[in-house]
Amino acid sequence: MKLMKRLMAGTVAGVLVATLFASAAHAAEPAAAPAPAAGVNTFNRLMKPKSDRNPAQANDGIHDPTCEGTGLLQLPKEAFKDMPEASSGNYVDWVQALNKQLIKPRYDRKNPNEEPVVLDLDIVREVKGTMPDVVYPHDRHTMWLDCSNCHPDIFIPEKGKNQISMAMILMGQKCGVCHGKVAFPVAECRKCHSKKKDGSGGGKPAAQAEPAKSEPAKKPTK
Amino acid sequence: MGKSHIHKPKRNFILWLMALLMLASGVEIVPQAQAEYGDVVINNQSDKAGMRPPIFPHWFHRIRFRCKVCHADLGFKFQAGGNQINMLKIIDGEFCGACHNGEIAWSVENCDVCHSGKPGTPTQVHGSTVQKLIGKPAPAAGQK
Ligand code: HEC
Ligand code: HEC
Ligand code: HEC
Ligand code: HEC
Ligand code: HEC
Ligand code: HEC
Repeated sequence: MKLMKRLMAGTVAGVLVATLFASAAHAAEPAAAPAPAAGVNTFNRLMKPKSDRNPAQANDGIHDPTCEGTGLLQLPKEAFKDMPEASSGNYVDWVQALNKQLIKPRYDRKNPNEEPVVLDLDIVREVKGTMPDVVYPHDRHTMWLDCSNCHPDIFIPEKGKNQISMAMILMGQKCGVCHGKVAFPVAECRKCHSKKKDGSGGGKPAAQAEPAKSEPAKKPTK
Repeated sequence: MGKSHIHKPKRNFILWLMALLMLASGVEIVPQAQAEYGDVVINNQSDKAGMRPPIFPHWFHRIRFRCKVCHADLGFKFQAGGNQINMLKIIDGEFCGACHNGEIAWSVENCDVCHSGKPGTPTQVHGSTVQKLIGKPAPAAGQK
């Protein structure tokens, strides 16, 4: 188990480091002439420009542009136009979008008025080293998810009974089951590492207007 | 990186710290398709059946439904390709068919709207951290 984890972390890091070295080698080459030849010496060679975000399905690489259905799909940019921005993933802050009621996703397949069962319980996980401690907020999760989505398969519902590390998260386990696939990805460190170590202030990012929280949580009526 | 003088656990730590640094910078460096984060391609049987693989967009559905509806009430497991979905189950009202039935959402005869993937695209969650790191689609069904 321990060896597996180390191996995993090692492989992941190895791949990345190799890429890093590859790009560093390029960076070390003499600076480009004042008027760089278009194409090869663009300012950002590896980082994608902002305009490439939320591309149309027809040129996103996985949809078939020759398929009629592809042309019928909604463009992500159109749907996200008025949504609060985030710096990665869908580039949408889904927590705020929900809190501000810019979206009203159903909690029940058929009944649009069913309210979620929200649990307001923060779990703090202390982190060794310089990174701020992790605050796991039940409220922001139970607005979307059911207890059974995490308990007991991903997490035993008892503080301290679960071993979690960044290597596991990066490999898609624990928090990484969702973060890095559908929920905001690992790049946004401070959303999880939100509690300062000296105890002064910190805590999870403030939620603006949380209508769902002020109402008492109701049990589903099924 | 064969022979290194750095003690092994320490070396691993440094390696993965560097990995983190790169992730933190948000730079997506592995060249790949740029599809929307969370798009799931399901291709256990489609290629073999001569259909384009279906693509499930999470972003579109989460605007309309909470995760709980699909992942708790309808029983979709958190695993791309891990639910053994097929057309018979869909027309019997399971999985996609719980909604794509002409009542909650448009019905199954619109084959192309679901089956819109490039032929040969493997099962994957698009933009997943694992996919980015390894540079190939996240492991499909059967592993957890
Ligand atoms: C909980 C209900 C639900 C389930 C389950 C569901 N869908 Fe949908 N889906 C919807 C609704 C609602 C729409 C919007 C319908 C409309 O525009 O009239 C939709 C639309 C879509 C669209 C079109 C998006 C666009 O751009 O307009 C695709 C593609 C799609 N679904 C694929 C799938 C696939 C594939 C599955 C199964 C793996 C699935 N859906 C399961 C409710 C569902
Ligand atoms: C997104 C995943 C997720 C969901 C959904 C979730 N939990 Fe948790 N829960 C956690 C994590 C993570 C912990 C902390 C475990 C640890 O510290 O090892 C936890 C801990 C707990 C604990 C232990 C608290 C303690 O102090 O020991 C209880 C009780 C609990 N959850 C109940 C619930 C209930 C009830 C629901 C549904 C309303 C729910 N959880 C939904 C992830 C989740
Ligand atoms: C079952 C899926 C799932 C798991 C597992 C999960 N999360 Fe989340 N998490 C979500 C979703 C969905 C959201 C809503 C925001 C989004 O989608 O980007 C969210 C939101 C959050 C937020 C709120 C961010 C904000 O803007 O306020 C934090 C913090 C967070 N998660 C931390 C964690 C941590 C730490 C763990 C592991 C202990 C974890 N999550 C495990 C699905 C999950
Ligand atoms: C989805 C939530 C989440 C995100 C995003 C996240 N972390 Fe973590 N991180 C955790 C959890 C949970 C732990 C384990 C804490 C514990 O020991 O209980 C952790 C632990 C760590 C540790 C301690 C060593 C280890 O491997 O466990 C470091 C260092 C760290 N994170 C750095 C980062 C950096 C840098 C980023 C941004 C690139 C980041 N984290 C993003 C949740 C997150
Ligand atoms: C709501 C989305 C959706 C619609 C609409 C849809 N399918 Fe599918 N279909 C799927 C999914 C998901 C799978 C499983 C894909 C896989 O594992 O490769 C599938 C699998 C298939 C398969 C292979 C497995 C099997 O059951 O034979 C065929 C063939 C197929 N579909 C044909 C069709 C045809 C023809 C239509 C139109 C009449 C259609 N589909 C409409 C979602 C859809
Ligand atoms: C309309 C239904 C629907 C909704 C709503 C939905 N999902 Fe999914 N989810 C799916 C389908 C379909 C799959 C792919 C299953 C398959 O391929 O068999 C999937 C797969 C996943 C996976 C597995 C990815 C992997 O690692 O292979 C995760 C994680 C996930 N969803 C998280 C979420 C979260 C978090 C939310 C809420 C923010 C959510 N889903 C909302 C239908 C849904």
